[in-house]
Amino acid sequence: MDPQRLLAQLLCQYEGMPGGLLPLLQAIQEDFGFIPRESVPAIAQVMNLSAAEVHGVISFYHDLRTEEAGRHTLQICCAESCQAAGGRALEARAQEVLGIGFGETTGDGAVTLEAVYCLGNCACSPSLRIGNNTWARVDTALLDSLIAQLRSAEVLS
Amino acid sequence: MTTRYFIPRDTTALAVGAQSVADALSQALQGQEDVTIVRNGSRGAFWLEPLLEIERNGQRVGFGPVSVADVPTILALGPSDQAGHPLYLGPVEAHPWFAGQQRLTFARAGLDDPLCLEAYLARHGFDGLEHAVHLPQADIVDEITRSGLRGRGGAAFPAGIKWRTVMEAAGDEKYVVCNADEGDSGTFADRLLMEADPYQLIEGMAIAGVAVGARQGYIYLRSEYPHAWDVLHKAIAKAEAAGYLGEGICDSNKHFHLELRLGAGAYICGEETALLESLEGRRGMVRAKPPLPAHQGLFGKPTVVNNVLTLAATSSIMADGAEAYAALGAARSLGTLTVQLAGNIRRGGLVEVPYGMSLRELIEQFGGGTRSGRPVRAIQVGGPLGAYLPESLWDTPLDYEAMAAVGGMLGHGGVVVFDDTVDMAEQARFAMAFCAQESCGKCTPCRVGSVRGVEVIDRIIAREEPEQNIDLLHDLCDTMEAASLCAMGGLTPHPVRSALRHFPQDFN
Repeated sequence: MDPQRLLAQLLCQYEGMPGGLLPLLQAIQEDFGFIPRESVPAIAQVMNLSAAEVHGVISFYHDLRTEEAGRHTLQICCAESCQAAGGRALEARAQEVLGIGFGETTGDGAVTLEAVYCLGNCACSPSLRIGNNTWARVDTALLDSLIAQLRSAEVLS
Repeated sequence: MTTRYFIPRDTTALAVGAQSVADALSQALQGQEDVTIVRNGSRGAFWLEPLLEIERNGQRVGFGPVSVADVPTILALGPSDQAGHPLYLGPVEAHPWFAGQQRLTFARAGLDDPLCLEAYLARHGFDGLEHAVHLPQADIVDEITRSGLRGRGGAAFPAGIKWRTVMEAAGDEKYVVCNADEGDSGTFADRLLMEADPYQLIEGMAIAGVAVGARQGYIYLRSEYPHAWDVLHKAIAKAEAAGYLGEGICDSNKHFHLELRLGAGAYICGEETALLESLEGRRGMVRAKPPLPAHQGLFGKPTVVNNVLTLAATSSIMADGAEAYAALGAARSLGTLTVQLAGNIRRGGLVEVPYGMSLRELIEQFGGGTRSGRPVRAIQVGGPLGAYLPESLWDTPLDYEAMAAVGGMLGHGGVVVFDDTVDMAEQARFAMAFCAQESCGKCTPCRVGSVRGVEVIDRIIAREEPEQNIDLLHDLCDTMEAASLCAMGGLTPHPVRSALRHFPQDFN
């Protein structure tokens, strides 16, 4: 669908929903992959807010982004339970192998690396998440092989 | 007679390979008659996942942890020779890990397909709501008050008092909000319950709605839980279609609508006022209290905000009575205690026990020590804002007051085990760094104090004037504790100070 029409449709759908700004932004990101900066004035108008307020909400939440992410997003859990089970080594390894820091995307556009604080998988730490799939008891060998698969654009299951 | 195979669809079970086991199972059973594969929730014994259970002639036995390669060897067994299999566990309830527990809120977890309404009803589901809809509001609130139920999110505030405040507040528009933003590392009880027994939460929310006179409820679920989202989304639709949500619930004149909302990756939104701001579509900034949410909560209306486990527990209280609930536990900690064994632990998972068990008993009896095989050195109880406890404190009984007396807190029941390779100065630094990362920024002690805290700890680690800097760190902790607007800044000193006090050698 034409992006303008898609945006208009979403704006229509969430207009009037109590507290609808966050669900609207999530829906836009779901469909576009990110929240295009140029959509902010239209969002503000429909939700009866200032552009600054909309921008404030977008910048507050870690999940929301205004730029396209890589084809895959790799989230490494950096919280205590995972630290206790070797997570710090995974944090370092992921940055080293991908050659980027947290919050960055590889040059080939394959992988965005994100830090996440708890995936609720703490009985089998350390954990990482790709898409809606979580991996448990991850060691560097598994991490390396997952990253290799992401780079070769294989579909992970 | 049908043979039923159970293989969980829970996040952690899937993370350790339950889907490939399910695929192997369905391939192996193809063409066979009288077999059913049930995708149940998890019972919470994550160290045994993927846990495969087989039910024949009313006898249900477990095998675990099962890999794809084990599937044919298990299927080849007849009922008489299965006990010889190395992964055979017998009837799972009778396994020592479960037999030592007292399952109440998690009694149904892992037994059935979480979305099967008939299974929920067969296990006395919606009995509590059916009872509640015919009672005067004050009687429901009384029942909850007499049960002694306290908030399970961490603050342990008596649920009945909160409900009464909202019930008595003026106005026709009120809300019930479920805090499902389970952000503490080392906790997964809410997730497990939502994925394994979603109707129990829905029932509890409807009871709360009827009790306080709210017609609308919201579940604020964290975005890190996509499977819980999927299960809840479908469960709400099924409960609506069956008349347990919506207009005239349970054929009464009461109404309760429920909507699922998704968080966006902000830890602070687990704080109730930040959560309400987020639900209203704003930045998750903490509100000053008063006014309490019970007086002016969501959209400025009287609002009950309770944790998943608190709301879920009300369903069994309304079904079995306050006395049955209060008969469990001791002193002011009534009911059961939900603990999550996490971190460097051999037998991690969810344990529901009577209050008063010690940390040492839990770690030894259920946890089986560390997964690395090294000695336990520190245990963090109560999430990222909880204290690190050294061995000398592991005999403290696990209840709200006893934990507070040793400078700790039970919080949401997360127990994260560290072995002797842990560097406690690094953990103290992380506590400040996490606060800096996740602070909403509204109050200075939290927003700036946490950043300064990282800097001071860095200087201590670098041996720059360590004595003066340790004094400075204590000063900073005093300020954060006394002057922060909410628990984020106010409790971050807990892990920092406990590391300093109990593990001073790591700072030298």
